[in-house]
Amino acid sequence: MANTKEVRKQIASIKGTQKITSAMEMVAASKMKKTQDNMLKGRPYSLKIKDVISHIASANSEYPHPFYEERSAKKACFIVVSSDKGLCGGLNINLFKQVIAKSAELHEQGIESCFALIGSKAPGFFKSVGAQVVGVAEKLGDKPNPEDLIGLTKVVLDMHKNGDIDQAYLCSNSFVNTMTQQPNVDQLIPLAPAEQDESIPTQWDYIYEPEAKELLDGLLTRYIESLVYQAVVENNACEQAAKMIAMKSATDNAGDLIKELELLYNNVRQAAITQELSEIVGGAAAV
Amino acid sequence: MSTIKINIVSSNEEIYSGEATMVYATGSLGELGIAPGHTPLLTGLAAGPVRVQNGSEEEAFFCSGGFLEIQPDLVTVLSDTAERADSLDEAEAIKAKESAEQDLANKDATLDYAKAAAQLAEAVARLKTIQKLRKNQ
Repeated sequence: MANTKEVRKQIASIKGTQKITSAMEMVAASKMKKTQDNMLKGRPYSLKIKDVISHIASANSEYPHPFYEERSAKKACFIVVSSDKGLCGGLNINLFKQVIAKSAELHEQGIESCFALIGSKAPGFFKSVGAQVVGVAEKLGDKPNPEDLIGLTKVVLDMHKNGDIDQAYLCSNSFVNTMTQQPNVDQLIPLAPAEQDESIPTQWDYIYEPEAKELLDGLLTRYIESLVYQAVVENNACEQAAKMIAMKSATDNAGDLIKELELLYNNVRQAAITQELSEIVGGAAAV
Repeated sequence: MSTIKINIVSSNEEIYSGEATMVYATGSLGELGIAPGHTPLLTGLAAGPVRVQNGSEEEAFFCSGGFLEIQPDLVTVLSDTAERADSLDEAEAIKAKESAEQDLANKDATLDYAKAAAQLAEAVARLKTIQKLRKNQ
């Protein structure tokens, strides 16, 4: 039977762990608020740029952009958004599972995959399974800068321009609510045809300053960058929510363990006292 | 006095949204003055101020570049958060590639689906076990 000192030590160590997890829970809860704000702040830009693009679609633009072009696909690139830190339950694993499933599906159609990875967790996983990684952006922190993602997005867009890849997918978690995060794999390139704005009459075109091609290039690049940025800030909100839940259940588990161990401790203590008493009684009887 | 709607947004926040009688901006080909009813126009923005006049009030915002869309009743400024130049973008792209190659020697490796599936299955099983343990308590 365990002795009291051992059990006491175990209780103390679990209490220490519990303190840490409950502190982490509170940190995640306060960060979650901030990351959610960030997520909402970025929305106007993506909505506005989408508006502009739909205006362009309804204008008689003379220049069809390659991002809309359906090519016969030979290779696809997955942009995978993961968290920088662990301890957030199944958040990353669930996403990777979907990515791998999609990649396997494409593989059967004869389409190879390569990966552009955001966050520190994705490179660890995809390198260990021997995936071809074309770009990595990690350690973006809780408040990522849109500039930090320019490089990675450019790598993917350049590959598309050079014909190295024909499709691009954006894989990230979307924030449903604090308890639920939904892993998504969305097609980025070819872009879904922009909806035409019904309120604007057709048969007109913009004055382009300078060239239409140059402007559309820049605008669509910005659009894709904004989609990637949105995915990253949304994934951040998901990470904090998942972390909060994970840490909450860890704290609860530690509480349960401590309760059990305290029961054991009392049992052991009681047994020791009883034994001592019976020894004394036995000793007295012998004298 | 007629007004035109103006929205100024950057990718991490909404900067301004409101009505204006006149908007001044620095286009990539020169200064622009936009009055309500302007013809549709799409242009790049150079780094510089965007001034919004509403009656006698005037507000100014700095844009480090971006795009400007004009519809007869609507002006949209898509501001960049930082200065952009092809050379800078290129440097960022090289950085992203380098960090991919840093601890990665298997450039032409093919994805091992079986291994990936096995690893994921294990992680999921571990999570499920934890959840189950938790329910039983």
